[in-house]
Amino acid sequence: MEDGLALHHIGVRFGGLTALDDVSLRVSPGEVVGVIGPNGAGKTTLFNVVCGFVAPHTGSLTLDGRPLRPRPHRLTRLGIARTLQGTGLFAGLTVLENVMAGASHAARTGLLPALLGLPRSDRDERRLRRHAHDVLDELGIAAHAEAAPGTLPFAVRQRVALARALAARPRLLLLDEPAGGLGAEDVAGLAELIRGLPRRAADPCAVLLVEHHMDLVMAVCDRIVVLDFGRVVAAGPPEAVREDPAVVDAYLGATVGEARA
Amino acid sequence: MDRFLFLTLDGLSRGAVYAAFALALVLIWRAGRIVNFAQGAMAVAAAYVAYSVTAATGSYWLGFVAALVAGLLLGAVVDVAVMRLVDHRSPLNPVIVALGLVLLIHAVLGMVYGNEYLPAQTPFSRTALTVGGLAVLSPYDLFVFATVGVVGAALVWIFTRTAIGLRMRAAAFAPEVSRLLGVNVSGMLTLGWALASGVGALAGMLVIPTELGLHPHAMDLVFVSAFTAAVVGGLDSPPGAVVGGLGVGLLLSYVSGYAGGDLIPLAVLALLLAVLLLRPGGLFAPVTARRV
Repeated sequence: MEDGLALHHIGVRFGGLTALDDVSLRVSPGEVVGVIGPNGAGKTTLFNVVCGFVAPHTGSLTLDGRPLRPRPHRLTRLGIARTLQGTGLFAGLTVLENVMAGASHAARTGLLPALLGLPRSDRDERRLRRHAHDVLDELGIAAHAEAAPGTLPFAVRQRVALARALAARPRLLLLDEPAGGLGAEDVAGLAELIRGLPRRAADPCAVLLVEHHMDLVMAVCDRIVVLDFGRVVAAGPPEAVREDPAVVDAYLGATVGEARA
Repeated sequence: MDRFLFLTLDGLSRGAVYAAFALALVLIWRAGRIVNFAQGAMAVAAAYVAYSVTAATGSYWLGFVAALVAGLLLGAVVDVAVMRLVDHRSPLNPVIVALGLVLLIHAVLGMVYGNEYLPAQTPFSRTALTVGGLAVLSPYDLFVFATVGVVGAALVWIFTRTAIGLRMRAAAFAPEVSRLLGVNVSGMLTLGWALASGVGALAGMLVIPTELGLHPHAMDLVFVSAFTAAVVGGLDSPPGAVVGGLGVGLLLSYVSGYAGGDLIPLAVLALLLAVLLLRPGGLFAPVTARRV
């Protein structure tokens, strides 16, 4: 019952600014959980805490019931992968190489076997290449495998970033504003893709999603957590959250033109 | 005409070594945005290790392997024990530290081995073979070409066809993102230093016997030539380093053949100055938009 990622009473301060205040949430296997809130509500800080870029001042994290002290370079080994706002792709590598880099923690061959051209290093590289191809195929972008990311439309680059994160075979995927900069059609495709992630045949993963795009969040999430000024103001299934007065006030209120100081 | 052919082949052989040495500089530049001014001194140190091993065992090849291993280790040690501790926010800091390293290595080598020229062996004859009455390449020149070719191919293989090479490239392009993907970024940087320093040591082993012999300053002029080659090629471009190296080798061969060997240092510096003035990005630099 403790399965999945849990945040317990997380607090983060930057100088005098409270970025997160007593935030608790849980992502269980098979779930898609959304985090929404106005700009500056602490959504990205929340991700940075999970990734280990920011150390919380109070509270703790657990993964499958065990205490978690995240460090960025160990994240994939724990089964957690993250996409970045924008795409953060390696401009100098091809699409396929970008995705291979995402899975490279699984390649255990050191430099010496590689230098000597031992079969193990060869097998490693081929396995990595095949796996990367499979993921590109699954996301429908295999045709772009040899392209440089910079030459591709944004929607495709966004999928490459997603493929790179999935290549690490995560059990939990953190998506940071995946719909940012996408058109309506692309958002619909993305929604379908995200809904399918917990039910993938190979390597199913739970999703924690930070997103501005309300339609996407409402469409894909099993549960939604609403942040405002670093605090959880509401949490629950999409229908309940949509009706919650605190949410309408904090988040949706801003969209009908009330100026927020 | 014979003379021209001889100078061309000699220049290419010398250029192959410059190319290898320039590659070492490019490797570190790409991995960590540092121009390793200590590369020459590090290569000399590795060559002295070879000298000691060869003197003790009587085998050139044991010494050769020892130099490569010493080069790899020295590169890793310089990164872990020195460069990692340097504040990289100002690009000048690692440069100054590298120059300090040059002084340190020269001083230590002078203390241990003395500041005289020691004879350096070659595994093959340096007497040019004659083909149809024309003096062309020596067996040693062929050895140089083969070795540099193998090293170049091995580097291409590592960086494009192995998982660890991919990690090294990823770490160089975007360290923060790579860390998120589980790449040990500082480990990759150390590996880059080791590889580069190993290649530098190899180039030193190849070039020192063709000059005056082993001396703490034996690589000084080679370093300047190879640095020029790397700048001609654009510092960021491995193919550029190879082309630059061969070009500088040819130029220096013609200069010393037609105008006199004393002019070599002058010619190198003139070329370096010209490239920096006219095309500071190097001949292989992509055209970039100018901000107005």
